[in-house]
Amino acid sequence: MTKSIIPGVLAIALLAAWPHAQPPPPPAATQQPSEVEVTISGEGGAAPRLALPEFIALSPDAETAAIAKSVTQVLWDDLNFERELLFIPRDTYATIPRATSFADVPFDRWRELNADGLIVGTVQKVGTTVKVEMRLFNVRSRQSAFARQYDGTAANPRLFAHTMSDEIHKSQRALNGVARSKLTFDSDRDGERMGGTVQNRSIKEIYISDYDGENQRRVTVGKTLNIAPRWSPDGRSIAYTSYRRGGANIFISNIFQGTLDEVTKGDKVGENWLPAWSPDGTRVAFSSTRDGNPEIYVANRDGSNVRRLTNHPGIDITPTWSPSGTQIAFTSDRGGTPQIYVIGADGLNLSKKTSEGYCDRPSWSAAPFNEIAFASRSGPGFDIKVLDLTTGTTHVLTFGEGTNESPAFSPNGRHLVFTSTRSGKAQVFTMARDGKNVRQITRSGNNEKPDWSK
Amino acid sequence: MRAARPMQMLIALLSLTTAVACGAKKPPIARPMPPPVPPTNTAAPSRPPAPPEPVVEPIIVPPEPVRDDAISAASLDDLNRSSPLKAVFYELDSSELSAEGQRILDQNAALLKRYPNWTVTVEGHCDERGTAEYNLALGERRAIAARAYLVSLGIPADRLRTVSYGKEFPFDPGHDEAAFAKNRRAHFVITAK
Repeated sequence: MTKSIIPGVLAIALLAAWPHAQPPPPPAATQQPSEVEVTISGEGGAAPRLALPEFIALSPDAETAAIAKSVTQVLWDDLNFERELLFIPRDTYATIPRATSFADVPFDRWRELNADGLIVGTVQKVGTTVKVEMRLFNVRSRQSAFARQYDGTAANPRLFAHTMSDEIHKSQRALNGVARSKLTFDSDRDGERMGGTVQNRSIKEIYISDYDGENQRRVTVGKTLNIAPRWSPDGRSIAYTSYRRGGANIFISNIFQGTLDEVTKGDKVGENWLPAWSPDGTRVAFSSTRDGNPEIYVANRDGSNVRRLTNHPGIDITPTWSPSGTQIAFTSDRGGTPQIYVIGADGLNLSKKTSEGYCDRPSWSAAPFNEIAFASRSGPGFDIKVLDLTTGTTHVLTFGEGTNESPAFSPNGRHLVFTSTRSGKAQVFTMARDGKNVRQITRSGNNEKPDWSK
Repeated sequence: MRAARPMQMLIALLSLTTAVACGAKKPPIARPMPPPVPPTNTAAPSRPPAPPEPVVEPIIVPPEPVRDDAISAASLDDLNRSSPLKAVFYELDSSELSAEGQRILDQNAALLKRYPNWTVTVEGHCDERGTAEYNLALGERRAIAARAYLVSLGIPADRLRTVSYGKEFPFDPGHDEAAFAKNRRAHFVITAK
């Protein structure tokens, strides 16, 4: 993974921009350098300047040193991902002597560097486990403002850093970080052939990964087309569309139990596509042709109590829930072209939300943002757009870098994951909700229709 | 009025004479003749509308001609590889059958009538210019349109099931109009014979 470190000035500017980003930002402005488009807010004073020297390996072996190095780097990436905290560039403190414990931190030198906060950590082997301790010091008072200790295995040192990052964001910025969140997507990377067809068709299976693309793992073995996965709100199950019964049906993989639930089954259920979990995880919305035409339905997660929400001879597909669970956004071509509509979860109060050329795959952001991201046809391909439901304005996040589809918001609404062909084949990317900080998550095969855990 | 009257008279007279003529030869049989209307019924429409005839023709062909053994003997995979049922192609964002599409389906229907044991899956496919999600429904629309046309030609609906693969299985991996045109299709796979 290549990750760009944001220059300090830029980070300050963006940090100040977040609370003020809601007023209609002219679409053109997103293309301009952020230093120009953003004014630094004095509210609450300037953001603190933080430093993160490499964690101290308290055990003398090479493995501990490697873990210390890895935890520091991942923590650096995690904390910079949210662009909430301002970090002093690391090369400016290469000459500051490294502490050997919490007791000999050279606070004077850090003070000279104008650091306000300093994150110091230690890594120690205790028997078969690893102990990681972290303190966030106020450089002026030399007091520990925030401290945590973690015990775990050496198997996944990244998890120490992810947990630390989320807790630092929570305590310092009251922010729900996404360092421990996960992605899911479908992929044909294994090149396995679909059985029972004479055409050369590659199957697709469901994969998961950390939010930063690490630890990519396959979670289905359908030997068929398994596509469009969606994380359950508790992060323990994935609902998706599978062709393992011939036609398309809704399946749920409980990935930690290794069990499989069939939400749609039977002879007369037609084709069933694109499940979406209700925010409480008890229900699933999906599109089905069981009554002859693609309509939106809601069922309990075990497939019982199926209710039909839409009733129109056009195509209704790709449902997504509002964070409150009271509304469902979906795609319908009832007006001639595919557009985004919103309907109450009770099937009432239908309203049309977009008037673009061709839209699909709505994804509703978490609070405090009240936005729907979608793919909109622009020229030969698609671009990601975001509709602010409060103001009714739409802004563009991608600008024809390949075709960009299937957006989904991160759990805190500050990032999106999407599919793009900008690097050749279809790959999964993430970006900040202002369209910046684009990162490529997958590189092998075609990887599509991603979702971000809640 | 004056001109009409002699005409009416003439017609009445003619019908009367024919009736009398028939009646005079075989009085008991002449009356039962009219009831068998059905034969005259088939003869009458055959003159004005020609269309029904091509549909009827394939049925006349004996179901087991010797030279068709190659098809009936082939394995399902070989059969599908040679794809005797031709694919139907669609316009961008559309599931409407073109005249050419209907012509292909007419041929497919003839083949399906010739091999009444075949069951077929009609696959709907789309090109990459639609979204992955919406294309699932559009592909289904295409498959359903082809299936409905075949059913209208007398193919039993239970021999034809539909499935949509959206843009998941492009036939041509290219990114130009020629590839797109090949990928917007209803594709026929024989699943049993």
